[in-house]
Amino acid sequence: MALQVLLFKEFTKKMQFNFYTFKKVEEKIALVILSGITFFILFVLGALIYFLFKNGIHVFSVEFFTQFPRAGMTEGGIFPAMVGTCYLTLGAIVVSMPLGILTAIYLEEYARPGWWLNLTYLAINNLAGVPSIVFGLFGLALFVKYFEFQTSILSGALTLACLVLPIIIRASQEAISQVGQELRHGALALGTTRWYMIRTVVLPQAWPGILTGNIISVGRAAGETAAILFTAVAYFYPKLPTSLLEPVMALPYHLYVIATSGLDLDKTRPLAYGTALVLILLVLMINAVATVVRARHHLKMEKI
Amino acid sequence: MNTLVLQTQKVSLFYGERQALFDISLDVPKHSVVALIGPSGCGKTSYLRLFNRMNDLISNTSVTGGVYFHDQNIYAKSVDVVKLRRKIGMVFQKTNPFPKSMFDNVAYGPRAHGVFYKNKLQEIVERSLKQAALWDEVKDHLYESALTLSGGQQQRLCIARTLAVEPEVILMDEPASALDPISTQKIEELILQLKQKYTIVIVTHNLQQAARISDYTAFFYLGEMIECEKTEVMFTNPKMKRTQDYVTGRFG
Repeated sequence: MALQVLLFKEFTKKMQFNFYTFKKVEEKIALVILSGITFFILFVLGALIYFLFKNGIHVFSVEFFTQFPRAGMTEGGIFPAMVGTCYLTLGAIVVSMPLGILTAIYLEEYARPGWWLNLTYLAINNLAGVPSIVFGLFGLALFVKYFEFQTSILSGALTLACLVLPIIIRASQEAISQVGQELRHGALALGTTRWYMIRTVVLPQAWPGILTGNIISVGRAAGETAAILFTAVAYFYPKLPTSLLEPVMALPYHLYVIATSGLDLDKTRPLAYGTALVLILLVLMINAVATVVRARHHLKMEKI
Repeated sequence: MNTLVLQTQKVSLFYGERQALFDISLDVPKHSVVALIGPSGCGKTSYLRLFNRMNDLISNTSVTGGVYFHDQNIYAKSVDVVKLRRKIGMVFQKTNPFPKSMFDNVAYGPRAHGVFYKNKLQEIVERSLKQAALWDEVKDHLYESALTLSGGQQQRLCIARTLAVEPEVILMDEPASALDPISTQKIEELILQLKQKYTIVIVTHNLQQAARISDYTAFFYLGEMIECEKTEVMFTNPKMKRTQDYVTGRFG
């Protein structure tokens, strides 16, 4: 009997030891897998940027940034494409930002649950899932043809605005919903109207988040090709546009053009890499601005 | 002297299908402190929020019966909720100063109601902070963030913010439940002072607190008001068995 007890105690001791060792190993494996995957993602982005730098940086020159393409796109720069992308993106954001933010405010602060709200969410979610080429065709039908804006900055900017609208709405909603409910109630209990409360309590708090979301959608708009393909861009346009109703060149489309067509690949390839590098640096820069805006806000919130 | 400021007559509250309050009738005389006590989930906070219609903010609520503020049914269609809330202020359980300076916090209500002159605002802020017994502690850093204050100070700032609107009634939803004993004591002293000018309805979990500060105590249980009496009667000689069990700590 005594021996049995002793054996049992030994056994459980050993079991426990094994059990905890097992848990420790399990923990290590989890950590390795999770961090490994995370590093892999960093590696992909790093590799992409490195690859573009290696192949594209040597075409960077004053000429590359200030000249029009020449000699069938085999020489010269990407200046008009950069300007065009700026116009298109700016136009898109000017249109979609107010629309998106106001919609988000309505949905978060005023709309009551019910079929109407569900329908609206359904619409926004589906809009976010529509392929960009479909937006392009929609823009072609509506803005280019029906409204007769032709292939122009205006048509392209409006199409891009439709494309980024769901992103802006969602990001703004997210930022607005982060504001504590108790602050809203605190303001309303003082006898303020809903709109005054939103203006003085919700928006100042949510603003950096809203702005961050908007800036990220700028990056999305800047890199978009399919949406502007039929609505705004020209294969080659010999001057800078002077009105909203003129077509432009744009970086993503220009990249597509010099990467896929052209007779002298040896000459166009480096320019294509250079253009791709500019495009990705632009997007990275925009995202960096978004990060800085957010960080600065956190600093400010700690002080005041 | 004993004019009624707030009154409910057979009021019931529904959250969708679920009934949260059953036929509650209660009178709140002017310049008195009425404490609402009862175990968690008994409906005392829901009841408190009837008076400034904060329950409206939850969708799908409905109210039957009458809630009166100076003989005016506040659930009548003609009532402007925004105006009503200026007259009936509220202090919340969770301190909720705005992430703005202390000055801007107290000046928030007056500004919302159209006071813009700096001098006038300063006067209101100073008076309100003095009334809330916070002035001496903050007068030298009024323009710092309200979030730098301690929990007890934040709650007194919220009280000052409510006072700045010059309400007639202050509703308090467990204003001291998250505070330490010393801060709690300060809040209690404050309530006794405020009673001279305001009418106060306070929800509290703390029975001693109810006994110390209130003139009348109402005991809620499962959405019904079991008993409402003068506080000294309530704690010494309650009529109902259940009230007695609760105030003597037999359940809770």
